[in-house]
Amino acid sequence: MAETRTAASAPASVVVALRGVCKAYNVGTRIETEVLQGIDLTVRAGEFCAVVGPSGSGKSTLLNIVGLLDRPTSGTMEVCGEHTTALNDGALTRLRGHNIGFVFQYHHLIGAFSAVENVMLPMLGAEGFPSAAMRSRAEMLLASVGLTEWQDNLASNLSGGQQQRVAVARALAMNPALVLADEPTGNLDTKSADEVFSLLRQFNVEHGTTVLFVTHNAALAERCDKTIEVIDGRVTAGVGAAT
Amino acid sequence: MRETWLPFEWIVAMRFLREGRLQTLFIVAGVAIGVAVIVFMSALMAGLQSNFIRRVLSAQAHIQLLPPREVTRALRPDDTPGAPLPFAIVQPPLQRLKSIDQWQSIVLQIRAMPEVLVVAPVAAGSALVVRGSVNRAITIAGIEPTLYYRIVALEEKIVRGHARLTGTDIVIGSELARDLGVDVGDKLRVATGGVGGDASAVTLTVIGIFDLGNKGANQRSTFVALHTAQSVLGLPGGVSSIDVTVRDVYASERVAGRITATTGVEADSWIRTNADFFAAVSAQTTANTAIRFFVGLSVAFGIASVLAVVVVQKSREIGILRAMGISQAQIRRLFLLQGGLLGLGGAVVGSAIGAGALVVWQQTARAADGTSLFPLTLDPKLFGIALVLATVTGLVAAFAPARRAARLDPVVAIRG
Ligand SMILES: Nc1ncnc2c1ncn2[C@@H]1O[C@H](COP(=O)(O)OP(=O)(O)O)[C@@H](O)[C@H]1O
Ligand SMILES: [Mg+2]
Repeated sequence: MAETRTAASAPASVVVALRGVCKAYNVGTRIETEVLQGIDLTVRAGEFCAVVGPSGSGKSTLLNIVGLLDRPTSGTMEVCGEHTTALNDGALTRLRGHNIGFVFQYHHLIGAFSAVENVMLPMLGAEGFPSAAMRSRAEMLLASVGLTEWQDNLASNLSGGQQQRVAVARALAMNPALVLADEPTGNLDTKSADEVFSLLRQFNVEHGTTVLFVTHNAALAERCDKTIEVIDGRVTAGVGAAT
Repeated sequence: MRETWLPFEWIVAMRFLREGRLQTLFIVAGVAIGVAVIVFMSALMAGLQSNFIRRVLSAQAHIQLLPPREVTRALRPDDTPGAPLPFAIVQPPLQRLKSIDQWQSIVLQIRAMPEVLVVAPVAAGSALVVRGSVNRAITIAGIEPTLYYRIVALEEKIVRGHARLTGTDIVIGSELARDLGVDVGDKLRVATGGVGGDASAVTLTVIGIFDLGNKGANQRSTFVALHTAQSVLGLPGGVSSIDVTVRDVYASERVAGRITATTGVEADSWIRTNADFFAAVSAQTTANTAIRFFVGLSVAFGIASVLAVVVVQKSREIGILRAMGISQAQIRRLFLLQGGLLGLGGAVVGSAIGAGALVVWQQTARAADGTSLFPLTLDPKLFGIALVLATVTGLVAAFAPARRAARLDPVVAIRG
């Protein structure tokens, strides 16, 4: 079921390639703002990248475009082996569902579902109907983030750190080639932040999952393979720490 | 696969509704009240109608053939036929009792029609019944019992005695029996004709007393054998009407038309003689349709407004679902489903309330004599239609909110 890993995620292949990607809001009006100004970016399979930069510099916008939630105003891009600029919404959604996992700053779980059901949701959405295999994979993922005993609790009954660990497990449910984490630790205490980072790092190491990790925490950024610095809508540095 | 409604959509729709608690409860209650009103009203209407029709048809033939009416023709000053007569007052003539010409052959002709069940000749007219110093005006109907009782089940309405009419027998209503102080076995004098003139009178024996469930009829209607009536009413060998029943009561008007066309005798169906009732029914049906439409409309707006609120409340979660790879079509379907489920849920509760109200109504609303007004049947078809219509209404109402949910920009929705 969710075990498919696209050919694009074979070792050293390119998972994300942006060429001259621009994003402007309110195009054609007097308040037009160019948030991304010609981004060139290459991320290879298995890389764990920190995305840093001041607030408002365009990090979230960049991640949303890479994650196919948003479309660039101009430029070309390739995600998980697909040229995405020409794809329609349905194709983008399928590509996103099967290859990309998201973790957001404010642990966005679906409140009406339990922890384990939240982890099952991406699989359920892709397959259409629940199965025992789905449930056991969700339980396995929750076990790996240390939440087995909380798995049947409603999402809203969990602490912030626990919710974010469920969100990490959910992002990994479809065994994606790429995980996009937009300040996943920004709202957590140091200990919880460290746990969430370590979980993502562990999956990255064990499964070769590519990760873009937005953070303001210099200590966490230090522990990544590579740092992508975004300032005023441009990538100013792609410092690769040797692995 | 993507075009079918998979468990995923059902599961999420149900969870969203369940999570909505009070919101869901209120709108389901709103839908339920609307459905209950419609169910109650419709069942009551249908009950009233079928009860009225049953009562009418148990005391009246479906079609009645009558002799042509006598009309007065004014003498015209000139020869322009059809021209209105200035300053003319034309009085309608007194209707004398007349026989239908050639009635035996007409009876045979009608009996040969495939739609016709029973054809019964009747000789009816008015008379005066005298007992001691008391007298009462009555209508006296001469019938052939074996035929006529298949049209009006008089034997079932006999409360004392029997209705096997021969010779000088008469059956009378319970009110008349009380007024005259007579019982089965007593004799009555029945007179017809002018007060002092050619009055003819016969003595008849009461063999049965009936109750037609109608005071007027119990006071005035009497039945005798056909040949008895013919001699009492001065209509030897003649009949004043031919009563007909048909297989399909609602086809009566059409069959009556055919009878008139083939026999040349005017035939009135029960639908025409009860035209006032059918006019009232049709007016009420129009009013009911309007009420149903507007109740449906307010149910639709209720569901739509609740779902519009849900879309706003859930926009972040919709964004997250989209980020997880849930398609626009899936989002749309799960909101359509919520609409359909609200409609269906409301209809189930509303049908139960409506059915309960009907039962209570039936037990509490009584006629003056304490008997229930009329039997109400809980037609399963009515509830089936209510469920389907409410569900469809919910789906239609959900259309706009579902489209809005599906078209939410996930980036904006997630940022909140
Ligand atoms: N929908 C939008 N319309 C207009 N401006 C926007 C919109 N979304 C983001 N921006 C602007 O784009 C800039 C970058 O935002 P964002 O990508 O969220 O930055 P970061 O995540 O680095 O803090 C900000 O100045 C923000 O105000
Ligand atoms: Mg941001």
